[in-house]
Amino acid sequence: MKKHLLSIDDVSADDVATLFETAAEMHDVQRRQVKKLPALRGRTVINLFFEDSTRTRSSFEIAGKWLSADTINITGKGSSASKGESLRDTVLTIAAMGVDALVMRHAASGSALQVSQWVDAAVINAGDGTHEHPSQALLDAYTLQRRFGTDGRLGSLEGRHVVLVGDLTHSRVFRSNVLCLTKLGAQVSVVAPPTLMPSGVEPWSKELGFATSYDLDEVLPTADAVMMLRVQRERMSGGYFPSAREYTVGYGLTRDRLATLGPDVPICHPGPMNRGLEIAADAADAAQSLVLDQVSAGLAVRMSILYHLLAGEGSTS
Amino acid sequence: MCAQPAPDQAPDDPSAAAAPPHRVVLDARDITRALTRISHEILERNKGAGDLVLLGIPSRGVPLARRIAARIKEVEGVDVPTGSLDVTMYRDDLRKHPARGPQPTAVPPGGIDDKTVVLVDDVLYSGRTVRAALDAMNDIGRPAVVRLAVLVDRGHRELPIRADHVGKNLPSARTERVMVRLADLDDVEGVWIAGSAPDTPDTPGAAGASGEAGTGATA
Repeated sequence: MKKHLLSIDDVSADDVATLFETAAEMHDVQRRQVKKLPALRGRTVINLFFEDSTRTRSSFEIAGKWLSADTINITGKGSSASKGESLRDTVLTIAAMGVDALVMRHAASGSALQVSQWVDAAVINAGDGTHEHPSQALLDAYTLQRRFGTDGRLGSLEGRHVVLVGDLTHSRVFRSNVLCLTKLGAQVSVVAPPTLMPSGVEPWSKELGFATSYDLDEVLPTADAVMMLRVQRERMSGGYFPSAREYTVGYGLTRDRLATLGPDVPICHPGPMNRGLEIAADAADAAQSLVLDQVSAGLAVRMSILYHLLAGEGSTS
Repeated sequence: MCAQPAPDQAPDDPSAAAAPPHRVVLDARDITRALTRISHEILERNKGAGDLVLLGIPSRGVPLARRIAARIKEVEGVDVPTGSLDVTMYRDDLRKHPARGPQPTAVPPGGIDDKTVVLVDDVLYSGRTVRAALDAMNDIGRPAVVRLAVLVDRGHRELPIRADHVGKNLPSARTERVMVRLADLDDVEGVWIAGSAPDTPDTPGAAGASGEAGTGATA
């Protein structure tokens, strides 16, 4: 494992396997009465979030606490960043307090890489603009491997057809997921309206070997898993599609589309969900929906990430 | 007891005499005999198989615990709950090595509260693994009694810890390596000792090796 987790490119397929094995053990800790392991005693983890978050921030915080690290949350609002302090000054100030890891979310793509060059602490990218969100991709892949496995053992994604649908242009989850899923041998298709298909996706899709489509109903019948992505209204200045209703008709996982899916085809959504827009309530709450499994898996995977980055001696490879 | 090397050391053990590169200490049949004796000792000490729980320390303690359970079943006709207890997260040398992935912890359905727990490991060396196991057990429950069974006790304790049931006392030098291989996990079965001449056999307290290797591969 490298020192930082900035991109899925930072981990090899072997690293992912190691992370998931550990995550599977961490998953069991969630069922214990005493949810505490001493592995990171005396380590300090700072959650530095310049963008809003519920599950990523709280799951990194709980993950750190269950490993006995001291975790502290700093948000953009309410910190000196709102007084005009630069990112560099904020980060150097925090680093000067002697922290071991910075879990960081920021609206600027590349900010995590930039920060990793300023500080000695391990930097974990919890979302940088529209670039990457590696821990989300890892937990999505882990959730699917668990779903495709038997007896609590992890299954394989080799050859599985995973369909990602939604606002790809603005989605860091999409970018990390495509990298992660192709690394694990999955056959990936991404579907979006032409306005939300990232420009320049063609050479990238050829290089990584994933398919692109504008027609959800054409791709859906062969899906082994469906991953709905959020329509990120906060990153849009309008004009990507005529109306929410039109988006739903073309690209939402509606009740009608749910009926065409096999009952064994898992449905994922990284959250937060826009119910009724990209995913119908029936689909979100269906028996085959893994939305809440993703949350508990997220905790296990983040414990594993923190453990592997912080527990050993200067864990650079 | 902390300063005493393996307390019930067999005086007739010839291991300190010569040290060729790899010497067989126990072969497969010796291991079977040792586990049979340990099984009987556990039953004798516990006055039967009531309230017993066997917890193997991964990786090689786990098949050893299973074999002891099988032997107890032959003798008493009772299925003793058997599980595994990983100590990776509780080791005091966690930061001296690159992070190692934890092994499975599987506590039998009945739990360990108010039970007689017998920890099972392959090699007892510094005692640090056992200390970590006692800490790990703290987070799982509160047994009435905890005992320790090991296949090989090679001495050099760094903590006041002693085994209750020992398959073989093996005086060794710190520079030597004790290797345990079990048919359940490896292609071969046996216990070997290898390394340089045993100049200071079994003398605890001297500066030197920091601790036993976690998994028993080179304990």
